[in-house]
Amino acid sequence: MSTNNSGKKIDVAYVAQLARLELTGEERVRLAGQLDRILEYVDQLRQLNVDGIEPTAHAIPQVNVFRSDEARPGLPLKEALKNAPQRMNDLFVVPKVVED
Amino acid sequence: MDYESVIGLEVHVQLKTKSKMFCACQNKYGSPPNTQVCPVCLGLPGTLPVMNEQAVKMTVLTGMMLGCEISPYSKFDRKNYFYPDMPKNYQISQYDMPLCKSGHIDLVKECYPKDAQNQVSAAKRIGITRIHLEEDVAKSFHLETTSSIDFNRAGTPLMEIVSEPDINTPEEAFAYLSTLRQILLYGKVSDADMEKGQMRCDCNISVRPVGQKEFGTKLEIKNMNTISGVRRALAYEIQRQTGCLKKGENLTQETRRWDEAAGQTFGMRSKEMAHDYRYFPEPDLMPVDTAVFMNEVKSWLPELPAAKKQRFMSDYRLTDYNAGVLVADLELANFFEVGAAPGKNPNAVANWVVNDLLRDLSESKLAIAQSPIKPLDIAELVEFCESGKISSRQAKDVFVEMFKTGKMPHRIIEEKGLSQVSDAAALETWCDEAIAANPQSVEAYKSGKTTALNHLKGQVMKLSKGKANPKTVDGILIKKLSA
Ligand SMILES: [Zn+2]
Repeated sequence: MSTNNSGKKIDVAYVAQLARLELTGEERVRLAGQLDRILEYVDQLRQLNVDGIEPTAHAIPQVNVFRSDEARPGLPLKEALKNAPQRMNDLFVVPKVVED
Repeated sequence: MDYESVIGLEVHVQLKTKSKMFCACQNKYGSPPNTQVCPVCLGLPGTLPVMNEQAVKMTVLTGMMLGCEISPYSKFDRKNYFYPDMPKNYQISQYDMPLCKSGHIDLVKECYPKDAQNQVSAAKRIGITRIHLEEDVAKSFHLETTSSIDFNRAGTPLMEIVSEPDINTPEEAFAYLSTLRQILLYGKVSDADMEKGQMRCDCNISVRPVGQKEFGTKLEIKNMNTISGVRRALAYEIQRQTGCLKKGENLTQETRRWDEAAGQTFGMRSKEMAHDYRYFPEPDLMPVDTAVFMNEVKSWLPELPAAKKQRFMSDYRLTDYNAGVLVADLELANFFEVGAAPGKNPNAVANWVVNDLLRDLSESKLAIAQSPIKPLDIAELVEFCESGKISSRQAKDVFVEMFKTGKMPHRIIEEKGLSQVSDAAALETWCDEAIAANPQSVEAYKSGKTTALNHLKGQVMKLSKGKANPKTVDGILIKKLSA
């Protein structure tokens, strides 16, 4: 369990589960410590006075980076399926997933 | 105790762009599996998305058509989850700054199911919370032990249109979806074919005792592929939930799947964990400043169904009913306008289209674009009737022949030797024959039964093989009988 300055707790086991990572108990403890340090580092930003500054989604002040709507051929089928763990009828085949 | 339902709809709509949302792969339905894919839409590591300008503008246009506020500034976010239909493990979507907010749809009578239209009084307004733009995911097919995946659909530009929980009946949900679909088609932003998955609908529904302020337990229904399927699923679900509440059972929040064949919803195996998508801003995309292209998109705004209906009623003097039927389908409305342009009687053109053409098209399972009869053919037919060249009875026969053969009315009239006889000499002969052959009707008419005249007129029409001008026949008969 680690805590950042806003008092929110980070549940390492839960985050690992969300990221589909399997951690041992020892790893969990080690990563909790590392996450603490990362959060502390990022927390330095809180010392800045940001009054009157508009929030932004990006560090570079650039908007509307567009592509015009023109289609181009993609990969040949053989190439596209190259990394498939298994394939059948030109489809990627994966272990069964239950519809959520 | 009486119960009421509260319904909100989330509608996903695929945009009709040429290429996908973040890569240049073709955006097309029905291609062989995995033939329109590239490293970007396959989610391969190291690829970068580039935004499709047209998709952004089409979403803004949709927002304008639905009376939304267009956000001046908008951005994309990553929605994180693990599922094989999205192998990069996040979907590029919009979280807190969608392109459009707070719009509405007005439900008009014609958009309700036919059997429910007489219960509709005033137009009802349904609020739209937001419209955001995202990428569609791949299509998965679930087999016995495996799932197989086609990535052609992955990366298709997809709008999510979220309604306020303002809908209270399955019929209103039907009307909302058909109105929305109509508007999307008018704006040419999507083909919105539910059976092709171009328009998909998830319903959130809860039931509560009338008068209760708090919402009941919210359930989600998925997997409806027609608008009438949505209506049936909701009707079933309302009945089921009301039944549970009446028995004092508690409902659990869950997702249910509509099974059209069974006519029932079934609970889906729910995940242990609540969805926690850990949204964060997509660092690979720059934000969108919509002000730059607002005027351009405004110029794309089409005349919407409600405005078109008003114009049809004022400019062409159509009845409310005819105008409503015509504008329900943009192609039909255009067909009518081409046919109405040359003549002086647009309402007659509308009557042929709304009554005769639509009936024959639906019997032959044809779309308006496949109609064997062209708009100007109807204009010509109306002209023949107006000028008295053929009777309305004959016009019906000509229409049948037009539909069957695709020939123009003048050719059919020529070939069949049809034309209305208004020539007095010929008509008098037939009238004399009819009078001579029906002394009883003559007697009846003379003793005051004016309806007997119709029988005599019928005989004249028969003798003339339907060619006699009925109005002239009336006059001649009355004259002869009163003599
Ligand atoms: Zn692609």
